[in-house]
Amino acid sequence: MSGLHPAKPFPEAARDKVNQPQLRANLRKVTHTIREKRLRAVGELPHWEELRVLGEATKDASLANLSDRLLQLEASVKARGGQVHWARDAAEAREIVVRIAQAHQVDELIKVKSITSDEIELNAALQERGIHAIETDLAELIVQLSHDTPSHILVPAIHRNRAEIQALFNRELPGEGSLSDSPAELAGAARRYLRHKFLTTKMAVSGVNFAVAETGTVCVVESEGNGRMCLTLPEVLVSIMGVEKVLEKWEDLAVFMELLPRSSTAERMNPYTSFWSGVTPGDGPQEFHLILLDNGRTEVLADATGRQTLRCIRCSACLNVCPVYERTGGHAYGSVYPGPIGAILTPQLLGMADKNANTLPGASSLCGACFDACPVRINIPQVLIYLRGEVTAEKGVTAEALAMKTVGYAMSSGWRFEGALKLARVGQGPLVKGGEITSLPGLLGGWTQSRDLKAVPPQSFREWWKEREQGSE
Amino acid sequence: MQIDLFITCINDAMFPRTGQATVRLLERLGQTVRFNANQTCCGQMHLNTGYRDDALKLIRKFVDDYRDSEVVVMPSGSCAAMVRELYPEAAKWGGDQDLLREVEELAPRVFELSEFLVNKLGIDDVGAYYPHRVTYHPTCHAMRVLRVGDAPLKLLRNVRGMTLLELEGSEECCGFGGTFSVKNPDVSAAMLADKTRHILDTGAEVCTAGDNSCLLHIGGGLHRLRSGAGTVHLAEILASTEGEVFA
Repeated sequence: MSGLHPAKPFPEAARDKVNQPQLRANLRKVTHTIREKRLRAVGELPHWEELRVLGEATKDASLANLSDRLLQLEASVKARGGQVHWARDAAEAREIVVRIAQAHQVDELIKVKSITSDEIELNAALQERGIHAIETDLAELIVQLSHDTPSHILVPAIHRNRAEIQALFNRELPGEGSLSDSPAELAGAARRYLRHKFLTTKMAVSGVNFAVAETGTVCVVESEGNGRMCLTLPEVLVSIMGVEKVLEKWEDLAVFMELLPRSSTAERMNPYTSFWSGVTPGDGPQEFHLILLDNGRTEVLADATGRQTLRCIRCSACLNVCPVYERTGGHAYGSVYPGPIGAILTPQLLGMADKNANTLPGASSLCGACFDACPVRINIPQVLIYLRGEVTAEKGVTAEALAMKTVGYAMSSGWRFEGALKLARVGQGPLVKGGEITSLPGLLGGWTQSRDLKAVPPQSFREWWKEREQGSE
Repeated sequence: MQIDLFITCINDAMFPRTGQATVRLLERLGQTVRFNANQTCCGQMHLNTGYRDDALKLIRKFVDDYRDSEVVVMPSGSCAAMVRELYPEAAKWGGDQDLLREVEELAPRVFELSEFLVNKLGIDDVGAYYPHRVTYHPTCHAMRVLRVGDAPLKLLRNVRGMTLLELEGSEECCGFGGTFSVKNPDVSAAMLADKTRHILDTGAEVCTAGDNSCLLHIGGGLHRLRSGAGTVHLAEILASTEGEVFA
């Protein structure tokens, strides 16, 4: 898996994952811990619901005038000595980064906040040109050293445990001798490795949490401080942002500084928040590039129901509360955007014709936990249902569509429904044993794989009611 | 009050006892119940599986069947949630402004059974007697879409003879999700496994809920495990008295 494109349909990818006991145990422990912490962090604010409404309104206002906001951002960044690039798609964005790296003749660069660069599959493109990208977020580094891919937006190595990391560091980090599985010792080894890179690497690539159109300020929110070093120590900084990350005013940041840390890490305030506006002589990178990435986003914006997806601030609260994510982990979604938000974002970015991505809107029981947790009130279940409609429209006539039509016909009047029930009672005959059906054919076989099905009883409610009306009860 | 009972297609076909219990309960509380025999299905399966046009036909049919109703009561959280929350969206997606107006006008008169009893009639003791150990699963759509809150629990706490046992992880989905259960059977089964484990851990004889679609799923899992525990719809517990046992 890399970038946005799932290699398998979700049900198939999920089957591989639900049967891995270590993965299930890790996911259960982490998601349940974060869930409880988030509820506590959110519960401290009596005006949390009002904050969510404000977050939603602030994002919507910016998205409603997105082209104006982006032009304003471009002008503000340029006025403060930064350079701005527009990328229609992943390939254009990759080329822009490669050109900048080549202009500075670097063969190594450091990275932080990498999800958007993972979306465009930047590392592989750089490697092809002989440029090695080093992830500096500790969990991203673990994922990179093990030639793996992230499985969570915020906790990319959620699927790894301590013993696995110990073995990995002993194998991959030079000059560390034999490390124990003590978290402090493992973190110390990563710290020594990364500090050396921060002090010797000339170029950095980052993602962006927010950008302010009015001031040209770019913002990165993080926990480790490795991001701060990435953003301040190199000579050249390239930041890649999806176009939906722009806000209008500096004051607009306030609500997100409340919503984001409490929703993602369940903290009142995150440890490191970096802001920079263009270039400051003698302080920090002396060359700053901002890449504005579309890659399907303006198509999403054009859709009245789907566009709320672009409010997402990548907090990952929806992943942590999702009962499906809890059982499969992020890799089953086959995209850098996993979980409920990925199930609506990935297919919209790729289009409904993508045979694997278009199974993602089905990857939900529509329980609604994600909508309740979302700090910007993206109604994920509603968008999932809407996208399922877009997928079936794209597929046209299928066996399932015909079955649905048939059921629809049977449901078109009370007497047709009554007739269909009579048929069902006859039809189920050979399948029923002791009042239960234990094996069903075809599409419905998924049900009896792990559950029995109660047989259709001899009298329906409507038949009982008719009898009662006729006074024979 | 003149109540139009929307029984829901699953109850009609698979759980007639739940319908009978709902009628008996409402009549015992002094209400008048009508059953429009032309009713069929709210269209939830069609809409949630992506068949918008087929769903819109059923939505228009529901509006035709209940346009003049004083209140429509249904013993199902997810069907009531479909009408209240998703009918307006479906009308918008179908570009049907007239339908949108009609469903918005009808939606406030549509209730799930427990919220109707507690919030609309103001009754939380229905005089039921049910001498069993019971645990309660709050279904997702009743809890997170309709926001019925603790209405079902208020009713259950007043049932005489019953021991109500707390269910761990009660707010987690059982994994049914309509066609999700057949399209993603592995994930659905993994969710169900945790739900049935928690139910069995309580030592309850039955798990109850306000929605038979969830109970069909949970009950199917409990039966496959030969666990001995079963499922009973909330209406059947509430309808049961010392003189008449419904479940």
